[in-house]
Amino acid sequence: MPVIPKFVGERIKRREDPRLISGTATYVDDIKLVGMLSAVIIRSPYAHAKINSVDLSKARDAAGVACVLSGNDLKDKIGSVPCVAPAEHVPFHPVLAIGKVRFVGEPVVVAVASDSYKAQDALDLVEVDYDMLEAVVDPEKALEAGAPIIHEEFGTNLVTRAEVPNPAVAEAMKKADKVIKFRIVNQRLAPAPMEPRGVVAQWHAGMQQLTVWSSTQIPHLLRSQLAEQLKIGENKLRVIAPEVGGGFGCKLNVYAEEALVAYLAMKLNRPVKWIERRRENLAATTHGRDQITYMEIAANKDGEVLAMKGRFVCDMGAYLQLLTPVIPSFSGLMMTGCYKIPALTFEQTLVFTNKMSTDAYRGAGRPEAAFIAERTMEMVAAEFGLDPADVRRKNFIAKESFPAATAGGLTYDSGDYNLALDKALEMVDYKKMRAEQEAARRNGRYLGIGIASYVEICGIGPSSLLPPKLKGGGWESAGVRIEPDSKITVLTGVSPHGQGQETTFAQMVADAFGVDIDDVNVVHGDTAIVPYGIGTFGSRGTTVGGPALMMSVVKLQDKMKKIASTMMEAPPDQLTFVNRTVALASDPSKSIPLQQVIDAAYGYKTPIPGVEPGLDATSFYEPSACTFPFGTHVAVVEVDPQTGQTKFLKYVAVDDCGKILSPLLVEGQIHGGIAQGLAQAMYEEVVYDEHGQLVTASFMDYAVPKADMLPHYDLASTVTPSPVNSLGVKGVGEAGTIGSTPCAYNAVLDALKPFGIRDLTMPLKPEKVWTAIRNAKKA
Amino acid sequence: MRVNLTINGQKREDEVEPRMLLVHYLRDVAQLTGTHVGCETSMCGACTIHLNGEAVKSCTILAVQADGAEITTIEGLAKDGQLHPMQEGFWEEHGLQCGYCTPGMIMSSIHLLKHNPNPTDDEIRVALEGNLCRCTGYQHIIKAVQHAANKMRTSKAA
Repeated sequence: MPVIPKFVGERIKRREDPRLISGTATYVDDIKLVGMLSAVIIRSPYAHAKINSVDLSKARDAAGVACVLSGNDLKDKIGSVPCVAPAEHVPFHPVLAIGKVRFVGEPVVVAVASDSYKAQDALDLVEVDYDMLEAVVDPEKALEAGAPIIHEEFGTNLVTRAEVPNPAVAEAMKKADKVIKFRIVNQRLAPAPMEPRGVVAQWHAGMQQLTVWSSTQIPHLLRSQLAEQLKIGENKLRVIAPEVGGGFGCKLNVYAEEALVAYLAMKLNRPVKWIERRRENLAATTHGRDQITYMEIAANKDGEVLAMKGRFVCDMGAYLQLLTPVIPSFSGLMMTGCYKIPALTFEQTLVFTNKMSTDAYRGAGRPEAAFIAERTMEMVAAEFGLDPADVRRKNFIAKESFPAATAGGLTYDSGDYNLALDKALEMVDYKKMRAEQEAARRNGRYLGIGIASYVEICGIGPSSLLPPKLKGGGWESAGVRIEPDSKITVLTGVSPHGQGQETTFAQMVADAFGVDIDDVNVVHGDTAIVPYGIGTFGSRGTTVGGPALMMSVVKLQDKMKKIASTMMEAPPDQLTFVNRTVALASDPSKSIPLQQVIDAAYGYKTPIPGVEPGLDATSFYEPSACTFPFGTHVAVVEVDPQTGQTKFLKYVAVDDCGKILSPLLVEGQIHGGIAQGLAQAMYEEVVYDEHGQLVTASFMDYAVPKADMLPHYDLASTVTPSPVNSLGVKGVGEAGTIGSTPCAYNAVLDALKPFGIRDLTMPLKPEKVWTAIRNAKKA
Repeated sequence: MRVNLTINGQKREDEVEPRMLLVHYLRDVAQLTGTHVGCETSMCGACTIHLNGEAVKSCTILAVQADGAEITTIEGLAKDGQLHPMQEGFWEEHGLQCGYCTPGMIMSSIHLLKHNPNPTDDEIRVALEGNLCRCTGYQHIIKAVQHAANKMRTSKAA
């Protein structure tokens, strides 16, 4: 019999891929149900306007139309789009605008017809009469006297204000050799997954049951929120996240269209589908970042940073989506980065503006924090004429100090920041590269070397760290069922949408039971099948879902060992699983086939005392603490002063995500993360004009990078296991994004140093760089 | 209007509205949902198919314009249960994550190799600029195309 290999730690081809490369996967838009209708939505063309009247009469008479509704038709029928994060002012958020529109893209009218073309025809006959109002666009002016008020009931555009005071900061500022001040803008970004959002809903009238398919990262949390909005029992509502084409945080949410489409399906007693168009996706799917930070740094001449003070203005947009006001807190808490900076204080002002809501976007607060920390290191280095690598070394938390308490009140689990930095610098041959840079400058060529050492926070737990109103916590669920024919079903509460846990979890389970990876099937994303789970976000899939899985694995291993022990006359603790047998660990030739143990558990013809029939285990893993992946990225760039164009000559990333279970997939996560982080540094920004009109409403204007806009990435890793979980894993979904933005930014600014340019806002587009060089030359 | 097409080797005749986009015809009439819609503006390439052997974005052409054409979609690439080398390449090299851009990416990559069987990495990057991927950062896609190019050259030489 062929020996079954081990799978964990190997470069395993993904088990998800056969359906995805053959066009046979089922995304929401691929669902076809008998009698299904299409919904299309009219959205606000204005940032801020009063709705005087909505005339639906002609639209309702159009061919093929089942219904046309505006916000007034839905009053008291559908609850507010939910926000579970605490804030001083949380407005009612209607699924269709009532009386007023507050951002470009806000849903106003929905038409349901036999197909989307006919629904669109009907919408062309809708007349909405608006009175335009002055819009709040600049978040720094949102609280000025006389600013237009977006939600009248509050009399202010303030969402909430938070402060983490620390008197030690003022002391440090007095003592320090220098207080360095600067302003940072983490611009607004669009997550832009390649699959826009989509919802299909079907009402089973006889059963009084509703099924909702949604392109979501959080099927169970969505079910809880939808049940509340629609006043249905959670046991009568099934949410399915089918194939999901990317999320990046924007599908960690509950949207107006989800309750709306579900309501329409119930009202019409017909299946209804709504598919977001790209224009809608860029206007009405949550954005990320959009934080302005005024920094003050107390530092000494030797590069030691004594204190950080940050004042944040954070643009929340017009409404609060699921977690909108909680995102900036990560930026504040994590802004000391990898450094033993003793004193931190920050104050955050969150404001409403006439824009789409911001919320989680890959990194969610930590990219902003890492950008602040890494700009701090650069500013200190520039101020005192030090090497930026040395300034980092000077301030790093030493590897002996872990677990390390930070000024932000967090406890970092484990780390070796010098190791990652040294490795990354070695990979670019840092000293030699600095010499080359000098030589190039003498020849009128502008090379830049950018460093970013980052640490981030993943697998957020225990549950008490999550918003009290969130149904569900920081835990995760997993079920393992060994079927009578020895095939294994894994049910996971995480909801992967590209990350690849169908592969990673199969690797783990195959090894645990000594079976082939093909014997394991991982099921997720269906609330009627998998136990209540939390979902995939915050790099938690394997970090929290993995330990949950191992808990169920161990339960079944123990049970099977007990059964086998009666058959083999060997104590359970001396048994192991190998090559589809249960064998004596000390002598694997003494074994019985796994199938025989499974038969005993299911057939149960000979009852085993203290052992129930069947082989099915469910577990819920509550993390005791968060994990803190880290690493250093280094970029070498050349800026062409004639065009302002930046060319990446080298990009090196050394990431430490703890133990690596699936190396190929880890690489993929880091690559994709780097691409999105570079996009923030170099290309992307959501632009609203002074009237709040969305300028970047298509891929013609929103610069998602193409293949030839991104460099080749050279990866390496260090492995510092996390002590927090049994697997030693830390999470890797967001690391690339967090490290790469400051890395690229620092590289470009380093290239521009001879021009005396010390500050530019992202993205560093050629035009902006070229203008800065030109202005510098003039000055 | 009536359209006659051959899709993945199968002849079809259908009555369609003149305004119907080819991608909607493929997805909703021919029931081939492997071709995706990502942007409706010809920027993302998720809807790329082969029309008379050339890569075309099916979201910006009408079904009636394709009358009489031979179309290949992602569903038509594998032959007798054997994956196309490009499909294999994407699988082998982890050239996909969420998979939404993948059908279009594969169709464009095949088009590239038809015109340039031995591309450099940079040539692949330039040739794929009509196809956006948000997950992979492209590096494994480049490897996937090289994997297929290698295999296709070897099998031709044999």
